[in-house]
Amino acid sequence: MERFRILHNDYEHGGDAAAAIKSILKELGISQDKIRRLSIANFEAEMNVIMYAEEAEMELQVLADAVRIVLTDRGQGIPDIDLAMTPGYSTATPAMRERGFGAGLGLPNIKKNVDLFEIASAVGVGTTLRYSIFLNDRPRTGEA
Amino acid sequence: MNLRELATLLDCEVVWGHDLLERKAVKTCFAADLMSDVLAFSEPGALLITGLVSLQSVHAADVADLTGILYVGGKKPAEQVLGLARQRAIPLLTTQHSMFDVCAILREAGLKAGCKD
Repeated sequence: MERFRILHNDYEHGGDAAAAIKSILKELGISQDKIRRLSIANFEAEMNVIMYAEEAEMELQVLADAVRIVLTDRGQGIPDIDLAMTPGYSTATPAMRERGFGAGLGLPNIKKNVDLFEIASAVGVGTTLRYSIFLNDRPRTGEA
Repeated sequence: MNLRELATLLDCEVVWGHDLLERKAVKTCFAADLMSDVLAFSEPGALLITGLVSLQSVHAADVADLTGILYVGGKKPAEQVLGLARQRAIPLLTTQHSMFDVCAILREAGLKAGCKD
């Protein structure tokens, strides 16, 4: 189990956790497609923390049949999760858009890339994402 | 074609990755300034064509398994971006041509769109 800390506004390091996890999974010999899907989800999730939360911990768990990420942030939370999951919906600022983000595709794209996805949020407290990539050929369920 | 041939075709300056260019074959491209689009819709192995020279362009290319980055409109990335590209072994090219012209020239040369969904 590895943990990575992510801080608000730390654009300079946005992508470092995703890259570190990618290296670990490569060493474990996990297939390229699975690594790609998880890495895209991790980078999106990491940028979400940098843009919207105060701080977060991204935890990598390599299980026998899955790779699981638990991302717990402290921050403003998401008042309406269904709305946040709607492709194109965004509360991004110009600074975020300048860096090529804020298109309202982040959370939907995380869900699209993983095999199991769960989100819970409390306004004023923070948001927790749990998502997994299955290592065997178990069918994708979409929901945890 | 490989990246060396593509660099010649578009009068590119090689920002980083001279030694990788022959080994990197390019069949498809994905053009966007929005990294969200790159992460959501690009296909692995595509060449990223973009005007966004931030660190995030290299991270996006890395996590999405893209073959390299071509910056358009004469834009050049900062030293820090180049450092990350070196670390990730992602070649960086830059050309004076506009995004529109780059895409037109590459399509004419037989490359295809590297997008899915």
